[in-house]
Amino acid sequence: MNIKHILAAVAALVVAGGAIAAGADLGQAQKQATNWTAIAMFAIFVGGTLYITKWAASKTKSAADFYTGGGGITGFQNGLAIAGDYMSAASFLGISGLVFANGFDGLIFSIGWLVGWPVITFLMAERLRNLGKFTFADVASYRFSQTPVRVFAASASLVIVAFYMIAQMVGAGQLIKILFGLEYLYAVVLVGVIMLAYVLFGGMTATTWVQIIKACMLLAGATFMALAVLFQFGFSPEALFAKAVEVHSKKDAIMGPGALIKDPISAISVGMALMFGTAGLPHILMRFFTVPNAKEARKSVAWATTWIGYFYILTFIIGFGAIVNLVQNPADFYVGGEIAKGLKGGGNMAAVHLSKAVGGDLFMGFISAVAFATILAVVAGLTLSGASAVSHDLYASVFNKNCTSEQELRVSKIATMCLGALAIVLGIAFEKENVAYMVMLAFTIACSSNFPVLFMAVLWKNCTTRGAVVGGFVGLILAAVLTIGSAAVWEAVLGNPKGSAWFPYNSAAIFSMSAAFFTIWLVSILDNSEQAKKERALYPAQQLRSETGLGASSASAH
Amino acid sequence: MQDVLDRISKNPKFLEFVAMRSRYGIIMSIISAAAYYGFILLVAFDKPLLATKIGAGVMTLGVPLGVGVIVFTIILTWIYVRRANTEFDATNEAIIKEAQK
Repeated sequence: MNIKHILAAVAALVVAGGAIAAGADLGQAQKQATNWTAIAMFAIFVGGTLYITKWAASKTKSAADFYTGGGGITGFQNGLAIAGDYMSAASFLGISGLVFANGFDGLIFSIGWLVGWPVITFLMAERLRNLGKFTFADVASYRFSQTPVRVFAASASLVIVAFYMIAQMVGAGQLIKILFGLEYLYAVVLVGVIMLAYVLFGGMTATTWVQIIKACMLLAGATFMALAVLFQFGFSPEALFAKAVEVHSKKDAIMGPGALIKDPISAISVGMALMFGTAGLPHILMRFFTVPNAKEARKSVAWATTWIGYFYILTFIIGFGAIVNLVQNPADFYVGGEIAKGLKGGGNMAAVHLSKAVGGDLFMGFISAVAFATILAVVAGLTLSGASAVSHDLYASVFNKNCTSEQELRVSKIATMCLGALAIVLGIAFEKENVAYMVMLAFTIACSSNFPVLFMAVLWKNCTTRGAVVGGFVGLILAAVLTIGSAAVWEAVLGNPKGSAWFPYNSAAIFSMSAAFFTIWLVSILDNSEQAKKERALYPAQQLRSETGLGASSASAH
Repeated sequence: MQDVLDRISKNPKFLEFVAMRSRYGIIMSIISAAAYYGFILLVAFDKPLLATKIGAGVMTLGVPLGVGVIVFTIILTWIYVRRANTEFDATNEAIIKEAQK
């Protein structure tokens, strides 16, 4: 398992075999000496958040409380929580590590991660909030036949959650091994158990607060690091860049685009997956139902975009700061004190080493604890969205339509337990695998299944159940199959000879997303059944609710 | 409640409002996508341009352009949200009130 790849999930995946992979191959992450400062900081974080969970548990009585925290979270809080969901350890350590290794190329990824947000704001946020209740399937199935749409939505959501979760769990295990000196197995079980405590007892309220606290810690830590770096250069970015160019082995090349994106089709395809995939991630979509109305939903994406964008600018400065501080001090930060042997713990540790350089052991403990907390919070959000797909979309809307809120809540807790156990098992099973492609796969599937179905169901009046479900499954399957054929999986994971991958691009999105939209369109216009006519006739009522918010489920309804 | 909904859906102001707001959302999406893809296409097709030095130091055109795309994205989002949360919501409210009379 190459820790570097896991953490730079996005990066390594997109470029598989590109610039990052060209860096030092560090092999299995080495277990480091037990870091007591980091463990103490982390224990404080876990203790504090479990206390919040206890408080949240007293407020989590109905299914609505469990799924959406009762819908009473403000736009600003929700914005921070969304940012918390999105600023994963992969983006913090991975992007700063990428900037450390390649300079400018890291910025290209940051931008890709950010640009999905305006699309969600301009086209989806308000309509999602007005039509939905607990899950995005509520939105997609508003005028459609419930069973097929819910089954599709739950399948797609669970697949996306599973891939995203594997990447997080394996990343967590490796990271903790390095940061805390804990065994991989204990690390994975620890993440699973703490996460279960949050979700099981505190539901959405606890998960949201964990995200908010973690987002604040991460933003504060990153801000401090960036300021400390700029302070060294009298707050002159030019001086920082000049010094970095002077000491970096690639010299001037770090200030311009490198080998990261090769062919234009890959560039566009990766861009599509990043831009539209965000609007199809179930744990992100779910956050829109935690606010009381469309106004707060819009505010929450605006805040989320602001924090995420700010954070990515910080990671760029941190990456350059790491170049200046670490390269000049190889004895402290490089294996055997030699730059050629790579950073201690791998290239993704650049930010962690920098934290030690600018803030000493105590600050490094803080940053390590934040990185761990980050994974914990993201896994909690994923589990919650997976559990609601099972209990709300499958159980309460398909198998037992007359169930009570208590029954639904019980099923969601059982589903949470199962998903938690599954996360631990998958984390252990994939320990030695290269899982870097999985985050990209989750984004590719999201932009090829959930996003087209949601988009067409809400905005196109002629869309029918048959079109949505067939098109959604076409996108889902095509995205998965083409990804298997790409070099990252076909060669790196399945062990086929180099050059034998039959899908030449970094992301399948351009093909699978287009195929999904085309199929939805084609099957819908060919669908002349009675059911299709009924569904089209319901469009004006759906539009009225999605545009005005009249009849939208509100916080006070439960 | 049903009469209110019927009256709203027959109100030409409502249809006009929805069409205007959707158009605005789509235009804003296109602007943000254009900014992003403009940058990505430069990365794909004209790397030397982004690596061009500006000024006397090491600063290249790519850095302010890249950071600019991030800042532009944030600003664009706030412009939309500000207008939607004031002007659009007020119009929406007025249309609903009118139908409830």
